Amino acid sequence: MFVSNVEIIPGKHIAKHLGLVHGSTVQAKHIGSDFMASIKNIFGGELKGYTELLETSRTEAMERMLKEATALGANAVVNVRFSTSSIAAGAAEILVYGSAVVLEDGAGG
Amino acid sequence: MDNQFFFDIGWIVLPLLLGFVFGQWNEKRHFASILRREEELRTMMAFSSRHIPKGIEASDPHLVIGSAVISVDYFKSFLAALRGIFGGAMSSYETLLERSRREAILRMKQKARELGADVVFNVRLETCPVFASGGNNTTRSIEVMAYGTAIKAPTFRG
Repeated sequence: MFVSNVEIIPGKHIAKHLGLVHGSTVQAKHIGSDFMASIKNIFGGELKGYTELLETSRTEAMERMLKEATALGANAVVNVRFSTSSIAAGAAEILVYGSAVVLEDGAGG
Repeated sequence: MDNQFFFDIGWIVLPLLLGFVFGQWNEKRHFASILRREEELRTMMAFSSRHIPKGIEASDPHLVIGSAVISVDYFKSFLAALRGIFGGAMSSYETLLERSRREAILRMKQKARELGADVVFNVRLETCPVFASGGNNTTRSIEVMAYGTAIKAPTFRG
């Protein structure tokens, strides 16, 4: 599976459009990293625990999107966009969406 | 003045002092690290244009993501609260956002380099506040993510 956030891939053309696919996760942070975060709030600096957590959930969301694309018979997802929103204290939603397509070699089309 | 008074004041002043000292030190160190790594990744260019220009030899596109969650220190959030009363530019938050953004872009470029790419196209930046759960003391930190499509293109090889 091929993922990209540009619309036109050099050397390839879109043979078939299969529509929008998306994947999302709502992730809560656990107590331990929350405690570390409140300490970091005094000293400042990067919250490595949160960075990793959000990265993991982003990968998870992407996997869900790819699963949907595979089910549609796509071999690529182009024009991928990410969106993150804090929906409640301690929880964040991560959304990934893009267009599922069938890519074929060769320009034009 | 009894001891109780100093104790109470201490609980207000101590986090401010710690925040001021460590926050400044942390920020200085972070900026130094950012500048050093930006110099290292100078040849890896990133563009926000949506299309890969026609006519250049490009292959092997990959989605690359870089992100960072960075917390503000207590002193800065105190300054920001004051700014909230009087209005004006919140310079204490400006530097926070700037370094988070540059950090995210650097991490994205680093991933592109690891993949052996030469240039990143269609770079998008996303910012989101991150709050901790529980308590009335909300965590003031922000997440910035940068993402784009890394490609191999000899034209851009530095």
